[in-house]
Amino acid sequence: MGRLKDKVAIVTGAGSGIGAATARRFHEEGAKVVLADVSGAQEVLAKELGEGALSVDTDVTKSESVQAMIAAAVETFGRLDVLYNNAGIDGELHPVAEMPEEAWDQVQAINLRGVFLGIRYAIPEMLKTGGGSIINTASMAATVAFPSMSSYCAAKGGVIMLTKTAAAEYAAQGIRVNAISPGTIQTAITTHLPADMINAIIERNPVGRIADASEVASLAVFLASDESAFITGADHLIDGGYTLL
Amino acid sequence: MGQLDGKVAIITGAAQGMGEAHTRRFVAEGAKVVMADLNEGDGERIAKELGDAAVFVKSDVTSVGDWRTLVETAESQFGNVTVLVNNAGIIGPIAETVELDEEDFHTVCLVNQYSQFYGMKAVIPSMQRAGGGSIINVSSVAGLVSIVGAPNLAYVGSKFASRGMTKHVATQYGKDNIRCNSVHPGYIKTPMMAAATDEEGGGITSQIPLGRMADPDEVAQLMVWLASDSSSYVSGTEQVIDAGLTAQ
Repeated sequence: MGRLKDKVAIVTGAGSGIGAATARRFHEEGAKVVLADVSGAQEVLAKELGEGALSVDTDVTKSESVQAMIAAAVETFGRLDVLYNNAGIDGELHPVAEMPEEAWDQVQAINLRGVFLGIRYAIPEMLKTGGGSIINTASMAATVAFPSMSSYCAAKGGVIMLTKTAAAEYAAQGIRVNAISPGTIQTAITTHLPADMINAIIERNPVGRIADASEVASLAVFLASDESAFITGADHLIDGGYTLL
Repeated sequence: MGQLDGKVAIITGAAQGMGEAHTRRFVAEGAKVVMADLNEGDGERIAKELGDAAVFVKSDVTSVGDWRTLVETAESQFGNVTVLVNNAGIIGPIAETVELDEEDFHTVCLVNQYSQFYGMKAVIPSMQRAGGGSIINVSSVAGLVSIVGAPNLAYVGSKFASRGMTKHVATQYGKDNIRCNSVHPGYIKTPMMAAATDEEGGGITSQIPLGRMADPDEVAQLMVWLASDSSSYVSGTEQVIDAGLTAQ
């Protein structure tokens, strides 16, 4: 325990799934954690975690909301060392020629613009203390296509190149930026997607099972910690081998 | 409480550089380690220093017979093998393709690629008996792209091959709870790197976004994570540890 001792971390999408599991693990490992979500569900977890946890209502698509989230972290805990841009949605499922434009835009706004805004406003704070670690949730959908999820796949592909560009730009100033690309993880998104789609994905998976969100949290702890000091600009697949086939 | 309590690992190229760093970290995290290397002097010295948790076996990783001995040693001393770190590798001559000697090509492929096949073939049955395991094949950033200054075609080819073999094994043995991942280090401060470059990184560091070479122990921490149960859903992946070198 204590792999993130004295670090101040923000986790977006902390109300459920990977975000909630990660916020919990970050806190266990000694970090001060800001739990950000638009749903309000993060408040219960923040209360449970108690000291060293702060709940913030955040809409990652809104610049002022993201800026307020980062300001809350610095005001409450004094600095910012780790930002996990994790908030995301699956969106409506349609073939691309039938995709309503608003449905496309909504996924882009949360899954890609939200990550940009997080990076955009976290970096100035991290530069003040000599560096930090930014982690962005991409997806195995950045590597292989999922029919009817064009906006999701495109946004996640964008997250990876945003990650690499930001990593190249700020490495010299001590800021590391990495992506995590989860496969099928037991979260609200997988519950929301059609069951036969999920079953087909599991059937194809070399490891033959869906992952628990805590398995992704373990990866996030490693990337947030100083153990990964030489790792930046990399995409970290955690998919049980799904994209191999 | 160690992150690798109860693990039995074989680490090749364990007598110096990254292999030595991995060995020291693994033992510190509670693993039992069989150290394989041709370098008997340093290997025996390190094993003695680490005590009962490490045993050195002088081994040629290109010898199928030596692999048999490694697995037998691990099983008789510590139990079934649960972690394999295929770390041993060589650079070969610095040569353009039209000047690369066929014998040198063969030697580099034998040490960097064939040895990883021999190792996996020897160790997988032991992992199956154990109920699972984690195989880590050390490739390189030269297994992702043909980096500027790559020593020769054989090095790049063998490191690409390591990455491909990793994916094949990951798909085949996921059902046995065996995970297999490749690791792609950038510029790490090792004796091998010192021999291949004429300086402490001078010209190289300007290409690295983080502006420095890595200590072998920084790679060792990634190895601990991949070997541990913390990475239980990570298989078939490429773990890049290059400070952004190939992100550009």
